[in-house]
Amino acid sequence: MKLKAKKHYPVKIISYIFLIIITFFSLFPFYLMFVSGTNSTSDILGIPPALWFGENLIDNFNNLNERMLILRVIFNSLFITITYTVLTLLLASLSGYALAKFEFKGKKLFFTIIIVTLMIPFQVLLVPLYNLMNAIGWQNSYQAVIVPLLANAFGVFLMRQNMLSFPDSLIEAARIDGCNEFSIFMKIVIPTMKPALGALAIYTFMSMWGNFMWPLIILNTKEMYTLPVALASLKGLMRIDYGMIMLAATIATIPIMIVFLIFQKQFISGIMGGAVKE
Amino acid sequence: MDKKSHKFISAFRLNKKTAPYYFMLPVLLIFAIFMVYPIINSLILSFNKFEFGEFHFVGFNNYKLLLHDPIFKAALINTFIYLIIQVPIMIFFALLLANTLNQNSLKCKTFFRISIFMPSITSLVAYSLVFMLLLNTEYGLVNYILKLFHIPAVDWLNKPTSARISIIIAVCWRWTGYNMIILLAGLKQIPANLYEACAIDGANRFQTFFKVTIPILKPIILFCTITSTIGTLQLFDESYILTQGGPDNATITISHYLYNSGFKYVKFGYASAISYVLVIIIAILSFIQFKVGDEK
Repeated sequence: MKLKAKKHYPVKIISYIFLIIITFFSLFPFYLMFVSGTNSTSDILGIPPALWFGENLIDNFNNLNERMLILRVIFNSLFITITYTVLTLLLASLSGYALAKFEFKGKKLFFTIIIVTLMIPFQVLLVPLYNLMNAIGWQNSYQAVIVPLLANAFGVFLMRQNMLSFPDSLIEAARIDGCNEFSIFMKIVIPTMKPALGALAIYTFMSMWGNFMWPLIILNTKEMYTLPVALASLKGLMRIDYGMIMLAATIATIPIMIVFLIFQKQFISGIMGGAVKE
Repeated sequence: MDKKSHKFISAFRLNKKTAPYYFMLPVLLIFAIFMVYPIINSLILSFNKFEFGEFHFVGFNNYKLLLHDPIFKAALINTFIYLIIQVPIMIFFALLLANTLNQNSLKCKTFFRISIFMPSITSLVAYSLVFMLLLNTEYGLVNYILKLFHIPAVDWLNKPTSARISIIIAVCWRWTGYNMIILLAGLKQIPANLYEACAIDGANRFQTFFKVTIPILKPIILFCTITSTIGTLQLFDESYILTQGGPDNATITISHYLYNSGFKYVKFGYASAISYVLVIIIAILSFIQFKVGDEK
């Protein structure tokens, strides 16, 4: 046994070196982003470039505030992301439950539609959705960003997969006790689905927080911009103010990082659940 | 009459029979209006031309124009270059990392896993901007380091080949950790006694990896390859932010060209045709990958 452990020593050292190098490359851009947000552009682009925290944080923030309504933009992103996440959880778990635990006419058809739409790229929807939003007067509104994306096939699929293993006997017992169908869902099914719901919540939060293409198309005033759209708009300047842009990127990244670090276990299990249960 | 209406109402009462319909209703409505309708509408629009605020039926004209459109051809070629180079590199690294992290005796596993996964949670726009700074020709850190080693600076974002490489690096940076996590989940499901059996049979690490791990992991690798392929075909943010599709359309992607056609030049019909070409390509590639995966 001892001999074996010794034999694996070089493998271990190589493993650590490999992991450390990759970890460095994974994290360094974040570090550069945070550091640059506190430096002036001339320091960032200096020779050698600034690689430690500077004193320009407040200047950069003031510049940013002049260029865009940063607090409003943060509010927009938070409001859209949280509303979308809550609604997705409700809708996906309701339909996931129906698809997993009931027999009804049309079930196969509904499920097939949902699976097929998983394969359809969002780009196909862009032009018709844009026209539809204009037709119903929703352009440049919160609901224009939120509602169309509620057709979230991944969410429905993930919830269905998780609901499949929910014991039928529990539902039956509740029925015999005179519990109505909606209360069974709310009081018995939902509480046991907390891990799956947590995973979906973080996944949904992340994807909406970073969503760019659709908000870029449908939002067209500064007051309505979300963080990614506002960020992209900063780039169109004559001379790029990197200090300001990196601060904005930091502001866009910190909240999602915190959410991720708190819930990383659920998040990772959510991603893995989607793949492995396939 | 009274009895009849009573019966009618009770048919809509929430019970075991009606419940699934009530539960499905909101999702079905949203899917119908914001998914199924646009998918069909997009197909119809792709046979139309948008002019003076109105759509005119033009048959296959948009598709014919696409065949002879040099920018579309460039977008197609770029996207396939990304696909052929980026997806294999990324899956290879993801597999290597997952396998490395799957060693039981390794310390700080959680730290490594979270750190390597971290890039995939950032907003695409934010990371594209950071890469813009890193790859800046005159002042970027990458060229600064190259200079320290007396290697001539590379004009990363403004030359066709290096701009493509930049995008491939950026995409790999963002998605390798994501695929690693999925593959790691697959590795965890392989029973430990299988590896013990290999050790007893005297198989070395490489033999075990290629003869046991890879075949068992095949469905998960296939899943990663398909999702990465679909993701690459839909690439937009990186090309939009990092290179604006340039220089000279050397990095423009299908999605980026679709965006330009539809929302810059307001050619809605043409954009819809591009989106359907995208659907067809995704369908074909997924089909091929499933077929390849099913063999053996």
